[in-house]
Amino acid sequence: MSDIALAVSGLGRAFGEMWAVRGLDLEVQRGEIFGLVGPDGAGKTTTMRMLTGILAASEGQATVAGFSIHDDAEAIKARISYMSQRFGLYGDLTVEENLRFYADLYEVPRRDREPLEEKLLGFSNLTPFRKRQARNLSGGMKQKLGLACALIHKPEILFLDEPTNGVDPVSRRDFWRILYAMLKKGVTIFVSTAYLDEAERCSRVGLMHRGRLIRCDTPQKLKEGLPGQLLELETGQPRDAREALAAQLGSSRVSLFGGMLHLYTEDAAEAEQIRAILQQAGIAVLAEKIITPTLEDVFIHWVTRDDAEAAA
Amino acid sequence: MWERIYRMLVKEFIQVLRDPRMKALIFVMPVIQLIMFGYAVTTDVDHIKTAVCDLDKSPQSRALIERFTASGYFTVVDSTDRPERLGELLDRGQATIGIQINHGFAEDLKSGRQAAIQTIVDGTDSNTGTVAMDYAQRITQEFSRARVGPGELDQLAPPQTEPIELRSRAWFNPDLKSRYFNVPGVIAVVVLLISLLLTAMAIVREREIGTMEQLMVTPIRSFELILGKTLPFVLISFIDVLVVTAIGISWFNVPIHGSLALLLFGAGLYLMSTIGIGLFISTISQTQQQALMSSFFFYLPAVLLSGFMFPISNMPEPAQWLTYLNPLRYFLVIIRDIFLKGSGWDILWPQFAALAVLGTALLTMSSLRFKKRMA
Repeated sequence: MSDIALAVSGLGRAFGEMWAVRGLDLEVQRGEIFGLVGPDGAGKTTTMRMLTGILAASEGQATVAGFSIHDDAEAIKARISYMSQRFGLYGDLTVEENLRFYADLYEVPRRDREPLEEKLLGFSNLTPFRKRQARNLSGGMKQKLGLACALIHKPEILFLDEPTNGVDPVSRRDFWRILYAMLKKGVTIFVSTAYLDEAERCSRVGLMHRGRLIRCDTPQKLKEGLPGQLLELETGQPRDAREALAAQLGSSRVSLFGGMLHLYTEDAAEAEQIRAILQQAGIAVLAEKIITPTLEDVFIHWVTRDDAEAAA
Repeated sequence: MWERIYRMLVKEFIQVLRDPRMKALIFVMPVIQLIMFGYAVTTDVDHIKTAVCDLDKSPQSRALIERFTASGYFTVVDSTDRPERLGELLDRGQATIGIQINHGFAEDLKSGRQAAIQTIVDGTDSNTGTVAMDYAQRITQEFSRARVGPGELDQLAPPQTEPIELRSRAWFNPDLKSRYFNVPGVIAVVVLLISLLLTAMAIVREREIGTMEQLMVTPIRSFELILGKTLPFVLISFIDVLVVTAIGISWFNVPIHGSLALLLFGAGLYLMSTIGIGLFISTISQTQQQALMSSFFFYLPAVLLSGFMFPISNMPEPAQWLTYLNPLRYFLVIIRDIFLKGSGWDILWPQFAALAVLGTALLTMSSLRFKKRMA
């Protein structure tokens, strides 16, 4: 068994004239948890669908678990699991029936089934609800049931498309607890998410924008790789300060975090310029420090820059 | 493989039986349709609303009117002395036919002159109008024959009796009951609607709620998926055939002269076509609304161009060609002939062959279109 779970080169998909994904190069190691982040419409779902063999790629190559998505899509399907954005549960079937139906489709042997079922239900705290119809579950429980269904055949690679969208924090924590447990067992996880705190938990993160992968690294390196410095300013009038700065530097450079202002500065001269602008506006700077950027800062920075380049 | 198909089947049945609306659609709707066609939709014409204006008021005129009412086809709803009143009643739709007997009717009859009566018929419903006129003519003819003895015939001009007398007998349905003709037809139409709609909707619903995407990433094979999604509806359709047939025979006393086994075999071939079309509709629809609209877009012309209500031979030629593509056309012949004529394989094989060809073609085409991939 090779150490590479996913190898993608030059992958692309066009819908008519529009390229939803283009020129995607990526490699994911076995046992890794890889996070795909990007704004809506970046091409995350299209990428997932191509890799899981349900959407034909227009160009490029990819192997998943060692099989080509072009020639061996069905072999891939037996080895992976895919939880789509709206995981398709049968609302009129009970928790147990949903789980069993997927076990049947994957032809999980009968004798393995029961202990596995118990374990997955216990894991996701769904045991008390096993006789409940899926449509009567809460959003978080539905997602956990979806995950349980996706895990019933012990996949090598787990694809999750925004699995915790609209899920309460407690269920989200449960959900990630299960993911980590799977990771320990050597399952490779490929997850797309809109929550950047979740991206922080991934071993590597790919940032997608307008159909391309614009950055891909560990969360730590991504943050370090942000050029310049992130300046945090505390002023008495954060809103006025923001407006004054935005008018001069462009609104995308300034963001408000609570009462604090976050600003990118390319160099010391720019930091000087900022102080000058505020002074001119008659706003006093109470405190000023250089902070480590969060993934959100990184995300906003690269997406804005990519947009600016596209506009130019 | 069979295990997977079986599981899909079980799942589908659980879903259908858990949904009260679905259950009603599958098991109550066919019965309601049957009852509607058995009782309400009848092309038999009787109790025609009749208005009478008898200006003669003679025993002879009363005897003629008596003939009309005694036939059972005409019911007098109004008698009047004003001829204009007949027109009014027809205008308001209170009468379908008006009969006017002028003063001097009895005189004319006695003196051997030709006596005339006038009938006015509301032709809005052309079928009823024609039938009413036909009945009126026959009753008047019989009346005149009875009034005028055979010896007096020669004195009358024009002669009121024909050299050739036509004596008709209707075979297979001696009383010409439209119910006997309709009930087997309803079975064919109900099965078409149920199998078409269920197949198309069941697949599109999975697409809508997102389970189709989920099914596509499982190792299930295309044909397993297709069989798993269609076999349940084949079974349900067979149950409907049996239920409706049983009610038709036991409640409406429709005779079944032929072999039930042959009928079920024909239903099987017929279902290949209807399920094939349902599957095809599911491949071109993204939402249940689209599937529903497409189903009716097929269903209505299919029923109209099948001979279910309007004979194919009456249609313009291009429409007749179209009917050759209509599975309902063949199954209607099969089911009506088996019910009423007791026909067997030796006579019906061309219909069976046509259904087999049509069904195979439709199923193959739809299955090829049905991919385990997204568009």
